[in-house]
Amino acid sequence: MKFAIQINEGPYQHQASDSAYFFTKAVLEKGHEVFRVFFYHDGVNNGTRLTTPPQDDRNIVNRWAELAEEYQIESCTQDEDGNEVMQTELVVCVAAAQRRGVVDEGEAKRNGKDATNIHPRFRISGLGQLVEAAIQADRLVVFGD
Amino acid sequence: MSILHTVNKSPFERNSLESCLKFVNQGDPVLLFEDGVYAVLKGTSAEKQLEAALAKQSIYVLGPDLAARGFSADRVIAGIKVVDYAGFVDLAAENDKVQAWL
Repeated sequence: MKFAIQINEGPYQHQASDSAYFFTKAVLEKGHEVFRVFFYHDGVNNGTRLTTPPQDDRNIVNRWAELAEEYQIESCTQDEDGNEVMQTELVVCVAAAQRRGVVDEGEAKRNGKDATNIHPRFRISGLGQLVEAAIQADRLVVFGD
Repeated sequence: MSILHTVNKSPFERNSLESCLKFVNQGDPVLLFEDGVYAVLKGTSAEKQLEAALAKQSIYVLGPDLAARGFSADRVIAGIKVVDYAGFVDLAAENDKVQAWL
């Protein structure tokens, strides 16, 4: 069965990001598919590679990236030249990301910023990606505050 | 069509459980997790509400979140089922939709 996950809360806040992680992990361990994880509202803060928690604490950002790596939470798409490329399906909402300073190269250029902080296993995209996930997946499970 | 309802807030903090129980269709399951697990403990002012709900639908609680708050399964109101994350996934798969009461 295809699952889509939506996360509305930042890491290290309450529990939503942890719950979503353990749920997603259990989904994959049961052999289901995760179509996309969509980070919305404060949830976009799950996608910054600059996170540096204390060594004895969990690294929520890296943990998502490692899960995506291990279970290939990604999809096949085409680049500008029509070649097939894999893209990550840890997706950060662009409008929520702009408000909170979560930036990739394209956004930095567009908005005249001098740095980027998106984790390479995440990508920034629009709300249409959430709608598509809701349509394509059999279940959409929402975690938040 | 069945819906799994999830509630993640304590009934002593927000009214999301109360709202959920008002709208839930008879027979549809309710899962309590995160701070929502405080609702399933014996001897609180929420007990009556939970027992009334148990007559109409099955209620589940996420075991790891109970344990994280220092509660063992014997503190849980009789009839409420304790599940782990794999059980949460099964509930999400068995029902047609999942509604989070955020």
